[in-house]
Amino acid sequence: MPAMTRYRENPGALRGLIEDDRVHRDVYIDPEVFQLEMERLWSRTWIYVGHESQVPQPGDFITLDIAAQPVIMVRHSDAKVRVLLNRCAHKGTKVVYDTSGNAGKTFRCPYHAWTYRTDGSLLQVPLKEGYEGTRLYETEAVRGLKPVTHESYRGFVFARLADGPGLHEFFGDSLSSIDNLADRSPEGELEITGGALRYLHNCNWKMFVENLNDTMHPMIVHASSAGTAKRLWEGKPADLPKPMAIEQYAPFANDYKFFDDMGVRVYPHGHGFSGVNFSIHSSYSAIPEYEEALKRRHGEEQAKQILGTVRHNTVYYPSLTIKGAIQSIRVARPLAADRTVIESWTFRLKGAPAKLLERTVMYNRLINSPMSVVGHDDLHCYRSAQEGLAAQGHEWVSLHRNFNAEELQEKELTCNGTSEISMRNQFRAWRQFMAP
Amino acid sequence: MNETELARFVYGEARLLDEKRFDEWYELFTDDAYYWVPLVPGQTDPLAHNSLAYEDKLLLKLRIERLKQPTAYSQKPASRCLHVLQAPGVEKSDPARGEYLTRTPFMYTETRGDESQRYAATAWHTLVNTPKGLRIKLKRVDILNADAALPSIQLFL
Repeated sequence: MPAMTRYRENPGALRGLIEDDRVHRDVYIDPEVFQLEMERLWSRTWIYVGHESQVPQPGDFITLDIAAQPVIMVRHSDAKVRVLLNRCAHKGTKVVYDTSGNAGKTFRCPYHAWTYRTDGSLLQVPLKEGYEGTRLYETEAVRGLKPVTHESYRGFVFARLADGPGLHEFFGDSLSSIDNLADRSPEGELEITGGALRYLHNCNWKMFVENLNDTMHPMIVHASSAGTAKRLWEGKPADLPKPMAIEQYAPFANDYKFFDDMGVRVYPHGHGFSGVNFSIHSSYSAIPEYEEALKRRHGEEQAKQILGTVRHNTVYYPSLTIKGAIQSIRVARPLAADRTVIESWTFRLKGAPAKLLERTVMYNRLINSPMSVVGHDDLHCYRSAQEGLAAQGHEWVSLHRNFNAEELQEKELTCNGTSEISMRNQFRAWRQFMAP
Repeated sequence: MNETELARFVYGEARLLDEKRFDEWYELFTDDAYYWVPLVPGQTDPLAHNSLAYEDKLLLKLRIERLKQPTAYSQKPASRCLHVLQAPGVEKSDPARGEYLTRTPFMYTETRGDESQRYAATAWHTLVNTPKGLRIKLKRVDILNADAALPSIQLFL
């Protein structure tokens, strides 16, 4: 199958897919490239697993796939969170199949009852005398469920399946966006709540991730939804309180200048955010009761600084994207080159009034649901690109906007908001982890 | 209102959606009405828990007006839908207050170009008598697999 092995043994060909200011269409559509992304980029980097508040009690677990690997995130009896491969050491059966629950003290495989503690260690095997004199005890099977390297930052649990940089080295100063989200809680703690919207995208995962800091699309793609929202409210008396839904939808139709002035900042390893100066979330109505609670915790100055940091989207490349200002996250879960599930989760800020969570939940519903009119037009464009990139003889995707060769020397860079720097920066990380 | 009259209303409502007579459909709702598609079975809270949709009349109006826009790119080609309803049953009846709750299991198909999706769902209509006639105060649609990863659903169940 020559067509399927163009890249695996050929790092030069992989590197050749990424130029300083454009990328080859194969990064989006080629199944072999996708497979290599899972084995390399998605295994050598820190992938978002879940939030610690999803497993508050010992024995609480969630299950999911990261980089096409089945994993369990569970809280052990020592109160620490573990990430384990969800694969019985015996024959490979998943030891737990529910997406969440409480395992008690052990996972017992439903097939032959091999039983594991919640730290993954093997507790017992039925009729163990049958293994006397065999090689079983020399194999990895007796070590139980394989642990996955993981680390938590302010409750956000990340896992790294293969060798790679440490978590702080990998994320660097981009962690300030997670800080801002957590600092917004009057009690300093976040709690994931309200379930996850799961939107099936028939496109490559990168189309979604790139789009979050693509500020040249909203006024075009969302003219029919955000533009209509603006029109529906036009001419209403100025003293009539603006409905939350209009506040949330309308800024998507803002002009180029607005998005350009927002600014974008990028960091090493593909991370970055737009909304350095302000964002589409900046002019929401104040919730005074919440602001008072935040001042009581942090003091007036610091509370002002926290609320004044109103970033648009921060991308923790490649899997996690967060919106601190609206307390929601979107997680890319790739399934195939042209198939991705986007999970959208909402946070309760402990100690904040109920209205804040209602605002978060409304935003998530309006923007991230499979029934969202914003989402419909975005996904239409991604899918359309997925199909259009099949065109042969037109091999490259342009990322030239505001390219400047000097940016190649910079580690951290702040630019005008409509620059395509964030995509170029992501692909530089892509090249680094795919073909070192 | 007897069961026949309530059922006739529910059938007529679905027909307006299938014929994409959305402006007429919009008029079937009271001013304080909601259209709700929960995310999980048995969901009781539309505000603090995520839903697929929870729309007041302003948001319904936005959705309907958007569908008329030439820039509604995801409607090129346009979606079509068909509701196949089981006979609506009256779950609650309060003739003194003029308020009724009907339950209607149905199959929903939505197509766009070569793509077609099908859902099994249950509609719960809270209907009220008004001077203009019977109106919807709440239409709740429980999709059997609402918690699955779903593609774009563009019209109204």
